[in-house]
This record gives sequence, C-alpha cells and structure tokens, in this order.
Amino acid sequence: MAAKRLVSLTPLATVQGPVGEAASTAIASINSELELWNGIQNIIYGLSLGSVLLLAAIGLAITFGVMGVINMAHGEMVMIGAYTTFVVQQIIRVSAPGLFDYSLLIALPAAFLVSGAIGVVIERGIIRFLYGRPLETLLATWGISLVLQQATRSWFGASNVQVGSPSWMSGSFDVGMLTLTWSRLWIIVFALAVFATLQLVLKKTMLGLRMRAVTQNRRMASSMGIRTPWVDALTFGLGSGIAGIAGVALSQIDNVSPNLGQGYIIDSFMVVVFGGVGNLWGTLVGAMSLGIANKFLEPFAGAVLGKIFVLVLIILFIQKRPRGLFALKGRAIEA
Amino acid sequence: MLTVENASLHYGAAQALRGVSLEVKPKSITCVLGRNGVGKTSMLRAIVGQHPLSSGSISFDGTVLGKKPPYDRARAGIAFVPQGREIFPLLTVRENLATGFAAAKRGNRNVPPEVFELFPVLKTMLGRRGGDLSGGQQQQLAIGRALVTRPRLLVLDEPTEGIQPSIIKDIGRAIRFLRDQTGLAILLVEQYLDFCRELADHVYIMDRGEIVHSGDAASLDKPEVRKFLTV
Ligand SMILES: Nc1ncnc2c1ncn2[C@@H]1O[C@H](COP(=O)(O)OP(=O)(O)OP(=O)(O)O)[C@@H](O)[C@H]1O
Ligand SMILES: [Mg+2]
Repeated sequence: MAAKRLVSLTPLATVQGPVGEAASTAIASINSELELWNGIQNIIYGLSLGSVLLLAAIGLAITFGVMGVINMAHGEMVMIGAYTTFVVQQIIRVSAPGLFDYSLLIALPAAFLVSGAIGVVIERGIIRFLYGRPLETLLATWGISLVLQQATRSWFGASNVQVGSPSWMSGSFDVGMLTLTWSRLWIIVFALAVFATLQLVLKKTMLGLRMRAVTQNRRMASSMGIRTPWVDALTFGLGSGIAGIAGVALSQIDNVSPNLGQGYIIDSFMVVVFGGVGNLWGTLVGAMSLGIANKFLEPFAGAVLGKIFVLVLIILFIQKRPRGLFALKGRAIEA
Repeated sequence: MLTVENASLHYGAAQALRGVSLEVKPKSITCVLGRNGVGKTSMLRAIVGQHPLSSGSISFDGTVLGKKPPYDRARAGIAFVPQGREIFPLLTVRENLATGFAAAKRGNRNVPPEVFELFPVLKTMLGRRGGDLSGGQQQQLAIGRALVTRPRLLVLDEPTEGIQPSIIKDIGRAIRFLRDQTGLAILLVEQYLDFCRELADHVYIMDRGEIVHSGDAASLDKPEVRKFLTV
C-alpha cells in the first residue's frame, strides 16, 4: 500500500511549485513510516528467530549448567524431534486423517519422550563414564551425533522429508503494513510457554530442587541423600526431551533432513555462553538479542557475514565479561 | 554404632590418615580434637563417603560401608555438617532444608519441629537465599538441614569455627538436646577445647594422621594430653 503510494508520488516530486513540495514531504513521511514498519518487522522476525534459538539452546543450557557436559549431539536430539513429527504425521495420514490438525499436539509429547529416552540412554551408556573429562566427552558426543545422523539417513533417506502444517499454523495475517505468518507467531508463543514450564519444573518440583542443588554443590547434594547419578540421567533426559520439542517447532519452518541439527548447534552454544552458564533468564535474553541482532545485520551484511559479525561481537563481549551477560552476583555466590 | 578400623587415606601420594581406629556409641557425643592439618576432616570425609579409604574399614550398625556412595550413607542415617558449612548458596533456607527430604523416608518428608525449636532464627528466614545468611545463621541452617534427613548419626566438622560465643552456646545446647532427647549418636570434630570438654562423653586426639589419645572428657586436662593440642 505505502509502496504503491510511493510509486505514484515519486514523479510528482520533480514538479516545480507547491505540488512538488507537497509531494516531497509526503514521500519523506511515507519513507519514515516504511522505515518504522521495517524496524518492527525486523524485531518480530528477530524474536521468532530468537525463539527458535531459545528452544534449541535451553536444553543445552541445563545439561551444561547442571552437569558441565558439552553435548555435541544436542542438535541431533532436535533433529530426532523433527523426524518424530514426520512419523506421527505419517501414522495420522494413514490411520486417522481427521486428526491432522492435532498432529503437532500429538507430536509434542511423542518427541519429548523419544528424544528424552535417547538422551537417557546416551547418558547412562556413555557420558557417565566420562565425567570430569571434557575433551573425551566432546569427542564421544560428536561421534554420537555422526552416528545418529547416519542412522537417520539410512532409515529415512538423505533428502528432506515433508512435514505438513496444520491449518492453524499455515497462512498469514496483516498488522499495519506487515504481513506475518501464523507459524512465526506460534513459535514465539510456544518458546515462551516451554521456557515458563521449565522454570516451573525447576522452581516447584522435587526434581528441580535436586537439579539446582547438584548444580550448586554436587558433593554436598550427594551427602544430603540426593542420588546424583539419577539426577544426571534425568537432567540429560529433560534437556534432550526439550530439544525434541524444539524439533517439532522447527519442522514447521525449516527443512527436515538428517543435517537439521547441525544448523543450530553452534548458534545454541553461542546463546548459552552469551547468556551466562547456569542461568535460564540469561539464555532467554541471549537468544532473543542474538535473534534480533542477526535480523538487523542481515540487510547490511547478508546472512553469512551478519553471522560472522555477531560471532565477533560475542567473542569481544566474552573477553570483557567471561561469565556472560547475567553473571550471578552477590554474597550468595561468594559463599 | 560406627566403627572405624585401621583406616588409611591418601590424596595422591600424600597420606592423610595412618591406621585410624575409633568408635562412636549410640546416645553419646564423641569428640575428636587435633591441630590444623592432622587429618580430622579427611577422616570425616571417609566416614560420609566423600573420599575412599586406601585401606581399613568403616562399619555402621554392623554393616561395612565399603564403597557405598554418600547418598546411600545419608539414606542409611549418617548426616554430615561439613567444615565451611556448604550451604547451597542460591537455594532459599526453606529449599536448603528440603534437600534433606531426599534421605528421609516417605512419611518423614517434612522439617521436624525441633529444628525450629533449637534454631528459631531459621523460621524467620525461610524465604532468604542461603548464601545471604551470616556465618552463624548458616551454621544453624547446616545443622537443621542435617536433622531433616532424620539421621541416627550426626557428623559435625568444626561447627564453632568463626562463630560468636552466644551462637556457640546455642549449638552446644542443641547437640546436648539431640543426644538426650532423640538418642542421636554424635561425632564432633573440634579445635575448641572447652566446647569439647563440656559436651563430650568420649574424646580422641589426632596428630599427623593418627589417633594419639583416647579417654573421657576429664582426661583433656592432663599435661601429656595437652601437649598434642598446644600449637
Ligand atoms: N583435597 C585434598 N587434596 C590434597 N591434600 C589434601 C586435601 N585435603 C586435605 N589434604 C591434606 O591432608 C592433610 C589433612 O587435611 P585435613 O583437612 O584432613 O586436616 P584437618 O585436621 O581437618 O585440618 P583443619 O583443622 O585445618 O580443618 C593436610 O595435610 C592437607 O593438606
Ligand atoms: Mg578440617
């Protein structure tokens, strides 16, 4: 609309006299309005990219925070969640096509359970033997990530699988001069809901209390009777399960292929480090600000250069504040 | 109730315990004294399972503890109040107490009333972060937290360290109350001689990783015993 008006006004602006002046001021005001809407669009797109980052990073943040484990296979947990969505939709298409609009709601718990169970198996089977050896853990989980990718490739094929969108997820709507897709909006809402639920689990449940106790002082937590190996396994399961949920969301906006997880793992690590390890609010703010920064830089620098720019900024930032954006402060920390 | 037999413990090549033997009886306060660095904390770490013995054995209620991890010992009834208190700094006082539910039996997942009777200050601070408490308040919280696990043996490492006299009195009163009213066995490591002499039913003195004296509280006044404690 504004663009159309702009087109019709532009020739008039060259006319001498009051008509030309009026046209010029009209053009200026339309331009500034466009710029404003452009900024709003960048923020909204940035928030939806940030929500994706948040979903992918939040599970990583808790495994890293509680256990100090750098899990290179985290991206594959996301990928497995996306494939679970695919499988759920296939089953629904065949056996109960009427339920297709609910397919994502069914896929959420399914993806949580599948990715979570695989996470527990990986922790019990491999990672627990490597605690205190970060380099070996890094290599082992990297190996696991390759194995999981290859397994998916042999099972489902190397090319993308088609994951459909239920009706309430597809289509778009207009706000002012913007056109927003429902999927973007739902992902923001969904990421915030997952974040809030996780906060509740950490703050209000027995498992959450035990996870926090183990994070703060593993040895003392054990002496209070907390079975630390269980807490580790469940934490890993929870982190992986949330990654699976992230996969359900990602299946709506990205191609579902065996490499899906690879695209998010680096960004997720950046979010965790930037936000400050062991602090979920930091992860939230970190994810959103990285998402918005990416979107604002993209038009100037292009997607790849924009990413490099953000990476450099983060490296500089970490030099200044090694403990991240939200380093915990106060007497409680020195204790 | 607790028997340590001929226990040795190493940190890498350095030996911290050299064949320590001692016994803790039910309904009694056993006190271990000794100068800095003689191995008192190391012995307690071995008892609660935070550090393995290199030889010797520890048994509780007749069963050898062996390689049992700390959480199983806590569930078996051994509660630990460590040196430096080790309160969970970012958990509230209420949450710090609730960590002890992990070791308590299902029906006992609450804070026993005597915790607030002995340390009323905790009741007024339930919502505060543990790390924000003063040293004395943290010490009281550490003891309260240990009691939440419903222990039968309470192991305390220098509970008077850096604490003002009035709170030391409260702690002493609490320890005596626990022995007399709940029949708890108490193993107390201390450097504060008078505190031990007032409370102990039995005392041991450690020097360079070994037990060098065993006797009743009055024996602490003998000069040949004193020489192990003067710096
Ligand atoms: N984690 C450790 N690694 C290596 N050596 C240690 C460790 N902990 C203690 N030690 C050494 O073992 C010896 C005994 O230490 P321990 O902490 O048991 O002494 P302590 O009697 O509790 O002293 P204090 O009265 O100062 O608390 C000391 O020489 C100490 O340096
Ligand atoms: Mg000590």
